Amino acid sequence: MQTFLMYSVFILPLACAFLIALLGKKARVAGGVIASLASAALFTISLNFAVLTISQKILICRTERWIPPYGISLVADQFSVFMMALANLITFIVSVYSVAYVRPYTDKWKYFSLLMLMAAGVNGVLVTGDLFNLFVFLEIASIAAYCMVTYTLHPESFEAAFKYAVMSTVASCFILLGIAFLYAHTSTLNMADMAAVLAAGGHSKLTLFVSVLFVMGFGMKAAAVPFHAWLPDAYTKSPATLPAMSSGVLLKVLGIYALSRVFFNVMGMTGAVSTVLTAIAVLTMVAGSLMAFGQTNMRRLFGYSSISQIGYIILGLAVGTPLALLGSVFHIFNHSVAKSLLFLNAGAVEDSYGTGDLRKISGIFCRSKLQGSSQLLGAMSICGIPPLAGFWSKAIIIFACIQAGRYAAGFIAAAVSIFTLAYYLKALTPALFGEAPDGQSGPRVALPSGAAMAALSALVLFGGVLMLPGVTSAIFNGAAAVLSDGIGYAYAVFGALR
Amino acid sequence: MSIYILCLALFALGLYCVVRKRNVIKIIIGIGIMDYSVNLFFVLTGYRRSGRSPIFAADQAITNMVDPLPQAIVLVLIVIGLAVTLTLVAIAIRIYEKYGTFDITKINRLRG
Repeated sequence: MQTFLMYSVFILPLACAFLIALLGKKARVAGGVIASLASAALFTISLNFAVLTISQKILICRTERWIPPYGISLVADQFSVFMMALANLITFIVSVYSVAYVRPYTDKWKYFSLLMLMAAGVNGVLVTGDLFNLFVFLEIASIAAYCMVTYTLHPESFEAAFKYAVMSTVASCFILLGIAFLYAHTSTLNMADMAAVLAAGGHSKLTLFVSVLFVMGFGMKAAAVPFHAWLPDAYTKSPATLPAMSSGVLLKVLGIYALSRVFFNVMGMTGAVSTVLTAIAVLTMVAGSLMAFGQTNMRRLFGYSSISQIGYIILGLAVGTPLALLGSVFHIFNHSVAKSLLFLNAGAVEDSYGTGDLRKISGIFCRSKLQGSSQLLGAMSICGIPPLAGFWSKAIIIFACIQAGRYAAGFIAAAVSIFTLAYYLKALTPALFGEAPDGQSGPRVALPSGAAMAALSALVLFGGVLMLPGVTSAIFNGAAAVLSDGIGYAYAVFGALR
Repeated sequence: MSIYILCLALFALGLYCVVRKRNVIKIIIGIGIMDYSVNLFFVLTGYRRSGRSPIFAADQAITNMVDPLPQAIVLVLIVIGLAVTLTLVAIAIRIYEKYGTFDITKINRLRG
């Protein structure tokens, strides 16, 4: 049963993608219904895994009688299960939202098919124990994302999709070259086995070279700053659900999860890598927030803010103490939920005002209480206003920096968080609290979209509850412990096989 | 050794093509070159000098076989490369329809 469930996390969405493509032309509603049901099922499955991993720590599924390192094994530990639950929750909410959102477009089945392919790629990356298999799933998710950017058929969306596809493919080539070097060195692709071989062989110049390739490759997928140029463009003219999926799921899974899995559990974190990641994190935080300051387009503003928040997550990973890792994992959750909410809301606001230009939008609160309050909640959580969860995760990361003696990084993180508040206030205050242009309320938010936004708002509002000691230890500490175990991952995997 | 360096030179050539060329189609070709150089590198890692094909039979001793795993990997990579190229070319066709040019310096409506 467990084997079946572990395979189903990527087989189910793949099957649904093809099913939607088959049925979608005939039955108009099939796409949305199948996608929502499938992602709800996936969320249930990942919750089931989450409960199992609390007692068993690590779940392994091998291919028939091939015992790892032979064959492609599936491995789910607490970190991947945590990410899986989060990713599938966001996918579920986005697919419910999409049911009403894509109504004006033609060929809705293509959209839902792409959404399911994306979910398949993301779940595959999270559940696989094989480095090359991780790459294959990463490409599935990425290609689905390029296609989704062009779904609105705006001229700008094709331009953005081309930029995104080229940069992301170059990144994939770097990752692949890194995998080829690692395979040539260790003669294995199983991540646990590779970790054991690398640990036995000591640290060589090759691992340093491969680290550079992986930082470039996964950094591009995570939109860390020297490699971020695709992100704001891809977010501007795509369907509003793409930035919600990308910011909530793809950046976190394809970028942050893969990066931390490879660096912590396979290659082992070293001082040099940690220094480079700290530099990238600081650059990402500062440059992201500086570039967000002058933005007038709502989605570009949120896009640059996403880049800046990714900097916090990478900073926590780079510092690498258990407290910092806890902060990172918590910030992954907070940022996913709050930023998906902001982007879904941006889609609703754009539909209501007919534009995404913040200079032309005013009085969101007057026109719709739901849109206004969800935008306010999301922005408050991103800025880090105390009772909301965003404050706690940022505070943990900053404290961890100071505790680890990285005063400069901690100070910059604190300064950037004030700066974040400044640009959100500057951009959103007139839009939220100004006078509505004609004094009347805009078009009503459709029921599925409203329900999706309300659910995410509730998650943002009550996210701070997760900081209560008992809850934190159940959810986040386990995920952070997987990372702080480092290459103990290898022993965990091979220990569970015995 | 020199063959690996040539392979990486091919990778660098593809990267140069992606970074420097202004024509959309030439950029796609550059990506193809990068893809192929990585595929070639994978095959080379499995190569053994005068090795034989990795087919195991009862009467044969396992001596000096080439590594079959990179060959299987390259088959997957070729398919992924095909998917990426198709996506890029499809986007390029639509870009030409909307903008009337393949010059990326003229395809610049998104800024800021």
